[in-house]
Amino acid sequence: MSRIKGVFDSLRAGGRKALVPYITAGDPHPKHTVALMHALVKGGADVIEVGVPFSDPMADGPVIQLACERALVHGTSLWQVLEMVAEFRTTNNTTPVVLMGYLNPIEARGFEAFAKRAGQAGVDGVLVVDLAVEEAPEIAPIFRAAGLDCIFLLAPTSSAARIAAIAEQASGYLYYVSLKGVTGAATLDIGSVEAKLAEIRQHTKLPVAVGFGIRDAESAAKVGRVADAVVVGSALVSQIEKHQNEPAVLPGLLTQQLGAIRAALDKL
Amino acid sequence: MSNQNLPDARGHFGPYGGRFVAETLMEPLRQLEEAYNRLKTDSAFRAELDRDLAYYVGRPSPLYPAERLTKIWGGAQIYLKREDLNHTGAHKINNTVGQALLAKHLGKTRIIAETGAGQHGVASATVAARLGLKCVVFMGSDDIERQSPNVYRMKLLGAEVRPVTSGTRTLKDAMNEALRDWVTNVDDTFYIIGTVAGPHPYPMLVRDFNAVVGREVIKQSQDLFGRLPDALVACVGGGSNAIGLFHPLLSYPSVKMYGVEAGGLGIATGQHAAPLSAGKPGVLHGNRTYIMEDENGQILGTHSISAGLDYPGVGPEHSWLKDSGRVSYVSVTDDEALAAFHELTRIEGIIPALESAHAVAYGKKLAPQMRRDEAMVINISGRGDKDIFTIAKREGIELLK
Repeated sequence: MSRIKGVFDSLRAGGRKALVPYITAGDPHPKHTVALMHALVKGGADVIEVGVPFSDPMADGPVIQLACERALVHGTSLWQVLEMVAEFRTTNNTTPVVLMGYLNPIEARGFEAFAKRAGQAGVDGVLVVDLAVEEAPEIAPIFRAAGLDCIFLLAPTSSAARIAAIAEQASGYLYYVSLKGVTGAATLDIGSVEAKLAEIRQHTKLPVAVGFGIRDAESAAKVGRVADAVVVGSALVSQIEKHQNEPAVLPGLLTQQLGAIRAALDKL
Repeated sequence: MSNQNLPDARGHFGPYGGRFVAETLMEPLRQLEEAYNRLKTDSAFRAELDRDLAYYVGRPSPLYPAERLTKIWGGAQIYLKREDLNHTGAHKINNTVGQALLAKHLGKTRIIAETGAGQHGVASATVAARLGLKCVVFMGSDDIERQSPNVYRMKLLGAEVRPVTSGTRTLKDAMNEALRDWVTNVDDTFYIIGTVAGPHPYPMLVRDFNAVVGREVIKQSQDLFGRLPDALVACVGGGSNAIGLFHPLLSYPSVKMYGVEAGGLGIATGQHAAPLSAGKPGVLHGNRTYIMEDENGQILGTHSISAGLDYPGVGPEHSWLKDSGRVSYVSVTDDEALAAFHELTRIEGIIPALESAHAVAYGKKLAPQMRRDEAMVINISGRGDKDIFTIAKREGIELLK
């Protein structure tokens, strides 16, 4: 059984919600990423999404765009990100790690080579933002063969036919984008999220995570009431941006920030 | 499958093209494709488009026999397709008129566009003004600086020009920002992409709206010299003017085609914008195509004297036409383009856009290799008024204090 399925099964058995933080690998510097991942676990992360920086992150808002730029200034590459995950795995063999990013850095290295190395490094799933389900049939099987879950996005604009097609190819969990917009956007309409999740659940038994627009304990609790998992990204990355020149304080701050969200979710 | 039947149902040109965007845009793209497929055969829509092309754009544009250039270059008979004479001064209006009609039929009230040289931005602002639609144009802050006349023109037309300061602050970043805006405002907004790139159906519909250029050349060649041309030459950034000229003639094997990329300071220097000449296949802006990237798959910065060619990708159909060998892709340097700019201006009294000057520069190389009874058509995709500040500055002349 995949680490992701294991985590969601046991959370479901305990009636708890998954907390899924996102950080961009290599931000503020590649040497800090592994420590930040451990800090997220300490703060209550059930799954960690690690962003693979890309020069043209067209689905991301300004916060994660800048994180990519900071990471790329130090030359953070896909292979380096896998080395970070492997290092994380030397002391943590339980928390699932999902790589999130864009297709081109993976395609440039070759899908087979990437899948093999990612599996060996201890990656559990891959979420390629610009890999729509129509283009996935040539690529997703390569990932799955290496034991990687393929996580797909669903959006407010996804039709019933699309939801069904995506649910069929997905494994691990589904990631519902809570709003029409880019990462870090401000407006979250919980009523429409709830309605769409009900529609999605008619097509799948996979856990559904909700992301985009969740910035604190309050918004996380709202989403946690209706979703299986809550993704927090830009709010954490903003903290990293703010303290990029004092990296020593970052692990403590991230643990604290995520811990507050964890506490709110556990009260549900 | 023959070249002219592409893309396939999934928007692929062989291994290229497709639809690589975040999920939020997939359904809007499908709706756009469906609307376009319905309207393109709708006689009322066709009539409205033809009327706009004739009475607003000013089509057909002339196919001009350049007799002095022909004599000086000493080879093929040179004909210039005068897209620079269109309303707004470039081929870009062919596409924006078409897409604006689509926007109208889809009931959208707001138009967004990306622009490099500003020609597509001006063409978008123009059709938005005419239809009374709100218009926001995304433009890299570096491009805003080197294309200030077009920035002012867009503002006069009532458009908001939004500077893009992320990444390399040029066309690719403007396109990222336009996609981000579209994903946020997808309900009321129509994104007019200015080139044959982006996710399916854009490469197809931008091509179709520009193909009027090649269709006219077929007819005008018959009228002028009684047969089809032997060679077509057009500059390629994203490649919309080139595909517009080439596409209707692809099925005539006697017609050789040359797409001219921006060689910048020279391909060997790495300072260029020539993905077909020196790049490799990858995924950028929603399609798989030749791109300029480093070994880690990060998109590289580009260089060209011409803002309109300064793009690290190219339309996916061009990638297919390169691999299939149907079109030859070559490059000329900044200096060669600049020399051609001056030569065309002085010899024929036509000031070409710096983009189009790349095609002229290659035409000059090709002409002497052709016989005097052969005919070459060079696409003058736009006029050069917008570039006079860039050129004056480069030549040490201060135009305005």
